[in-house]
Amino acid sequence: MTATSMRRLASRPAWLARPVTRVVLGFAVLSLLSGALDAPDLFSRGGIGATLRFSAPILLAGLGALWAERSGVINIGLEGMMIAGTWFGAWAGYQWGVGAGLVAGITAGTAFGLVHALLSVTFGVDQAISGLSLNLLAAGLTRFLSSIAFVGVPGASIATSPPVPDFVTVSVPGIDTLLTPAERAGVPILSDAAAVILGLLTDVSVLTIAAIALVPLTWWMLWRTRLGLRIRAVGEHPEAADSLGVRPWRYRFLALGVSGGLAGLGGVYLVTVASSLYREGQTAGRGFIGLATVIFGNWNPWSVTLGSVVFGFTDALRTRQEVTVGVLLVGLGVLCAVVAIRRALGRDWRGAVLFGIPAGAMLAWFALVRVVPAELVSFAPHLTTLLVLAFARQQLRPPAALGVPFRRDSDS
Amino acid sequence: MTRLRGAALLLTAPAAAAGLAFAVAAVILRLAGADPIATLGDALAYGLQPTTLVAVVNKAIPYYLAGIAAAVGFHLRLFNIGIDGQYRLAAFAAAVIGAAVALPAPLHLALIVTVALVVGWGWAAIAGLLYVRRGVNVVISTIMLNAVATGLIAYLLSPLRLAQQAPGSNNITTAPIPESGWIPPIALPGDVGSINGFLVIAVFVGIAYWLVLSRTTVGFEVRAMGFSERAATVAGIRAPRLALLTMAASGAIAGLVGLPQLLGASHRFGLDFPAGLGFTGLSVAILGRNHPVGVAIGAFVWAFLERSAQVLDLAGISKEVVAILQAVIVLSIVVAYELVRRVRARQERRYVAQAVEGAPA
Repeated sequence: MTATSMRRLASRPAWLARPVTRVVLGFAVLSLLSGALDAPDLFSRGGIGATLRFSAPILLAGLGALWAERSGVINIGLEGMMIAGTWFGAWAGYQWGVGAGLVAGITAGTAFGLVHALLSVTFGVDQAISGLSLNLLAAGLTRFLSSIAFVGVPGASIATSPPVPDFVTVSVPGIDTLLTPAERAGVPILSDAAAVILGLLTDVSVLTIAAIALVPLTWWMLWRTRLGLRIRAVGEHPEAADSLGVRPWRYRFLALGVSGGLAGLGGVYLVTVASSLYREGQTAGRGFIGLATVIFGNWNPWSVTLGSVVFGFTDALRTRQEVTVGVLLVGLGVLCAVVAIRRALGRDWRGAVLFGIPAGAMLAWFALVRVVPAELVSFAPHLTTLLVLAFARQQLRPPAALGVPFRRDSDS
Repeated sequence: MTRLRGAALLLTAPAAAAGLAFAVAAVILRLAGADPIATLGDALAYGLQPTTLVAVVNKAIPYYLAGIAAAVGFHLRLFNIGIDGQYRLAAFAAAVIGAAVALPAPLHLALIVTVALVVGWGWAAIAGLLYVRRGVNVVISTIMLNAVATGLIAYLLSPLRLAQQAPGSNNITTAPIPESGWIPPIALPGDVGSINGFLVIAVFVGIAYWLVLSRTTVGFEVRAMGFSERAATVAGIRAPRLALLTMAASGAIAGLVGLPQLLGASHRFGLDFPAGLGFTGLSVAILGRNHPVGVAIGAFVWAFLERSAQVLDLAGISKEVVAILQAVIVLSIVVAYELVRRVRARQERRYVAQAVEGAPA
């Protein structure tokens, strides 16, 4: 390779570095790949809708984690608050309708959030231990309540609730008739683009819209209101806030209440929109994935949203055909191969090997096995979380007082 | 004298927690329409029968191992939530390899235990490395690794791969481990059953844990780091190396958690292999304040509660009430310990203030 071509590879044009360009480019490559490899449901309308439905609960958990951590408290109990939301949402939902389920789930989550505040803020218990105990309490409490409330009810058991009604769905009027012909036309990239738009804009649950609306609302509340300023101040420097009359306890209680409520809402989402009943273990670590989105998103609501979509997309893979996941494996393999080649060109041999090995492994797997079995897809979001946290940028700036209990010197 | 008062103060925490738990139990039983005193009496009487006690001890062995695994991490505030995945993956690997080889008895057993230790060690070391090298929160990484372990086991535990359909049932299991790989039970006089032979290894682990922590350099470094990370670092203790070591050690001990069941009872790994023992381990470690004897008490109490709750079903009360009781005990005990700590700190300050005032100028 000549020196000029190497230089050209090293200094790419600016437009190629833009996120929008990369998303469009990645979409086009995957679209062509799925066409060539005969995996039609990668960008199907249903698949995109599923991604939305799997992203929303993670987003809600992530926003909950954001509220808590901005006030300086790590909310390991998010998973338990989500569990409480699923159980109470289903219990009230199947008897008195989704509205009651919504209220019950949010209330239960908030209550757990306030208990976390009582333990970690008032009593100064280690925040991780307090959160872990709450997870245990939620799991035990819901199982006990199921044995009382669900056993003996037709269609239910100790591990499942009766069917829960769903929220209404809405569509952008007219878009269906406008884009369906393009979706069915079978034109390589165009049809997939139409399907993506249709998936995002038709049959969307109102609860999904509410979840998305909570992102700008959270940003506005935390960064544009006096309340938000105080919560963030308490998370950065509680002593300074306290000396100015902003009581850290009060704002941490408030933030944890909101945090629990959001996690509870995420639980309600799981039992109503993402499925249609309560199942034991339904949250499957989504509370913890929500915590991860906050780290990935550098404690900023917009990046938390991006993280939720990444994890939601991998979470939704379980609803796809096995061959579709295989196509994604090829896409990921190609990406790793490109990175490996670029590292090699830059004479970074270690990096080339580091990315070359997974690239080879993924492409070889696809060549030999072609599909990814469901058991392995089941942990795709968890593995993605691990990889993202391991390889993500490291210039993170968490709230300065995160995880540090606040006590005044006078009353330790 | 102060020492005695300190010990008394320390014991008030568990006592208060137990009192609160019993109060909660009484309220729940009352709400369920049962006579609290009589029902709890029945449960206690059942729990104290010799055959039940033997069952309780057998149940407590894996709890104890999981508790020690959790306690190892707790010293450095490393919350190893991944004990669950570590022991299941370790037991699975041990079951597969144990069934595949033929060796004389002591070697066979040693090989199986070694496999379990190494797999638990390695699986936890992933989380340790991610923490030390990339700063990934241990709680999050170990939770994710649990999910990965569950998926891997589900994939491999299939008749197409490393397992077989158990005859006459829906269970899918690995091949049985030949008798040379079993751990012999400890026979008891009378007709009360027998104790799982793994108790010996559990006791050995507890003693080793205590020895390493209190009598070795590494143990000293771990305790120093637990008291004050800053002071320990200034003193030249390398925090990352210690964190990695501790995490891996926690995982190795976690690898043993599934073995009492595997080597003493089922002799194969199936779909019905117990899960969730890691979370029990976290609870009993909190309960026992990371002390080898305290954790043993915690494990026994947990097993006792679960076993004696069997009676509740007869009274028409779901035995799941125990799960709430356990959570209440953990919650109230952490609060009680924290309050006791504050009271002691205040007493100490007062004592120092008096000593300073009383001293000649």
